[in-house]
Amino acid sequence: MTQLLHNEKLDIENILKDLDKYEPRRRGWHWREHVENLQMGPFTYKDASKPLTNSVPLPPAKYFGNIDPQPKETITTEIASGRFEDDIRRMRMGAWHGSDHLMVIRTAGQSHMDGLIEGTPQGIGGVPITRKQVRAQRKAIDMIEDEVGRPINYHSYVSGVAGPDVAVMFAEEGINGAHQDPQYNVLYRNINCVRSFVDACESKRIMAWANIAQIDGAHNANATAREAWKVMPELIVQHAINSRFSERVGIKPENICLSTVPPTATPAPCVYLDLPYAVALRDICDKYKMRAQQNTKYIDSSAREATVTHVLNMIISKLTRADIQSTITPDEGRNVPWHIYNMEACDTAKQTLIGLDGILEMVELKKDGPLREKAREIKEKACLFMEEIIEVGGYFEAVQAGFFVDSAEYPARNGDGIARKIEGGIGYGYIYERDEDYMAPVTAHFGYNNVEQYGGNPENPSELIGGCTFEDRSKIVFIDELDENDNVHKRMAETAKYRNSDLIKPEMEWLADGIVMVTLMIPANKRTSEVVAVEIGKGLGLQDVEVINREVMQEAEGTRIEMKGRVDFDVDVSKLVIPPEPEYLSDDEIREDIKNHPLKIVCGTVGEDEHSVGLREIIDIKHGGIERFGIEVEYLGTSVPVEKLVDAAIELNAEAILASTIISHDNIHYKNMKRIHELAVEKGIRDKVIIAAGGTQVIPEEGVKTGIDAAFGRSSKGIDVASFLVEERQRRRGERE
Amino acid sequence: MRRDDDFAVRRKHIADLSDKELYDRFWELTDKVVDPLLDLGRKNTTPSVERAVLLRMGVSSLETQSIVEGCMDRGLMGKGAGHVVYKLSKAKDISIKEAATMLAEGKGWDEAVELFKGGK
Repeated sequence: MTQLLHNEKLDIENILKDLDKYEPRRRGWHWREHVENLQMGPFTYKDASKPLTNSVPLPPAKYFGNIDPQPKETITTEIASGRFEDDIRRMRMGAWHGSDHLMVIRTAGQSHMDGLIEGTPQGIGGVPITRKQVRAQRKAIDMIEDEVGRPINYHSYVSGVAGPDVAVMFAEEGINGAHQDPQYNVLYRNINCVRSFVDACESKRIMAWANIAQIDGAHNANATAREAWKVMPELIVQHAINSRFSERVGIKPENICLSTVPPTATPAPCVYLDLPYAVALRDICDKYKMRAQQNTKYIDSSAREATVTHVLNMIISKLTRADIQSTITPDEGRNVPWHIYNMEACDTAKQTLIGLDGILEMVELKKDGPLREKAREIKEKACLFMEEIIEVGGYFEAVQAGFFVDSAEYPARNGDGIARKIEGGIGYGYIYERDEDYMAPVTAHFGYNNVEQYGGNPENPSELIGGCTFEDRSKIVFIDELDENDNVHKRMAETAKYRNSDLIKPEMEWLADGIVMVTLMIPANKRTSEVVAVEIGKGLGLQDVEVINREVMQEAEGTRIEMKGRVDFDVDVSKLVIPPEPEYLSDDEIREDIKNHPLKIVCGTVGEDEHSVGLREIIDIKHGGIERFGIEVEYLGTSVPVEKLVDAAIELNAEAILASTIISHDNIHYKNMKRIHELAVEKGIRDKVIIAAGGTQVIPEEGVKTGIDAAFGRSSKGIDVASFLVEERQRRRGERE
Repeated sequence: MRRDDDFAVRRKHIADLSDKELYDRFWELTDKVVDPLLDLGRKNTTPSVERAVLLRMGVSSLETQSIVEGCMDRGLMGKGAGHVVYKLSKAKDISIKEAATMLAEGKGWDEAVELFKGGK
């Protein structure tokens, strides 16, 4: 298999080549490997897993030796933009950001399609799940998991009226996880309930054979109910029915994952309400795995708000238990998720879970009081709910009577549940009783295969036909494309000029989609701001401008606007002059120069400015600052008048002045730089001192226009400053150009 | 159905159960709910179950639907669509794949029906 180079793009054409011959190299779900007391950098982690060989660490990792500890929970990211070929690239980004569970959402309407879809048509709100698409993504993920150094679980859906067909294809193609819950079909897709359960028996049996982890669909009750926190007892009932049903069909309990959502969100006191539910569910369903999903019911268009909900939900995960931590992209309330938000969500999960590492060694949930009382109440209600299902004659009768997704908290009822007729729905009338001589000569078939009538072996029913596709892959029929217009090759031909070329367009979901987002603060009310923003977008030359988020700063004073639009031009990289990343002198070179030519400098934060952290980072030996090279530093403190800085340089006979300037109102930072330069000229020392300044708002090119010798912006380090000082002195000594 | 909250009354018979007893009762009830659902799966089949059988027998997804429809039209679903293909392949001494393609093309159905007359 092709080995990926971390600085080269995925070659999608190559991935699509020879797919008819590609064989997935493994089956089954993979859990992260927990490492006891993992040492990384100076830290010991209690709840972390085996580190990756390649990854993108969290932004502050640069201060921690670039360590990237991975929590022990599997992290999911849902990727489905409608074009699987672009999703593959996002999958690679997701894997680098710590996701090992890549979930592909199906295109709208697939659950009502009777049979497998083939080829690679474009989807809406998801991807048409086909053998070719699955095989291409599995092949890419196989390469990506080698690159990051951790097995990646690939996941989609086994539901709808073609559930068993899809399950067979998934088992053959090395899919590792799948949603499967007949209750979902019944309640939300109006598929006949008997049909759903008969199909589910077969689907689950196949999933059991392929060791596919199953995720249920109970969280949808939460998303559908008007007041989600009231359906807690029912959620437990739904989880229990699907879990037990699956286990009895043959799925191992450790492959049965409950999709559980903390039902509430702020401004409700959500943790107080959600924690007892989480405890009750984990008490009752103790032998199954927890897939902690984020609450999306109340998600709005603010990505910040969605992120905080995600973090609050993960606190519950951490205080109770989560085996899979799901991530909903924070832009879900606005659009089909963009690349960047998948990464944000993965980072949010990693950051929170690692941030809370080991918390349960220090904190524990109380054994009495409101937490346990409420949890007990929820469990009792769930038990009474289950009792009543039996009283009315069973599951189907309960569904017919509208038991599920009623907006009242059980046992109260509002009469607004989703009722489905036993004799109705899609697929009704397509249930056939098996005759006594019914036969199915295949592996992983639910119920009796009855191959003995032809001398077959009941332990190995497919022997009768010389093995089925589960034993003999050569029997799988690979279908390439059925539609000569709607397929991946046509789509890729349209964007070919942007693939592995010098032409670049910005991108949010599809290659060269040209989409950009602009954040604005418009000093007007909400409605006006929206209209003004669109005008600004047009003025900027954007096309299809659309406001995607509005947040009031104050009714009259202003509105925060986020808008998207499309740019219709390309940037040709071959025509650009791209200066190389700055190169530094080595630590040894600097030390040697300072040893031979001792250097004394004066420094301080100038003006009415009390910020000290930035400059200390640059100078302090303990932050890796310039002191470590032997430079003698006279630190004058904060709010230092510029005159004092120049006078100190004269008094101490310093060779350089270093000014930190954080506040940037009215360009005060550049004004101060200019003043230092002018004072040095006035006092006749300008040619004897090197003047440098820096700060978070400083643009180096603007800084040097004030007359100083160098300016340093955000993220500058001691090494930048030391390297400059030494080089500048060498220039002044005539030792360097 | 509309109903006021009667939890206080309704819970009386479980109020004194220990957590363990409540747990056991809950799963006992769940098993009772699940039992008939599993029975349905054992006793019945559906077009998608049969398509999934055919797929595993190496039949193309483009053919599974028409074979299953042929079985439904001729009252052969109770035998199993895979069974029909198997039996035809044996009777004609052709491969499973060839038998499936025949049936998908609408051929061989009369013979298939004949093969299942009189039981087995």
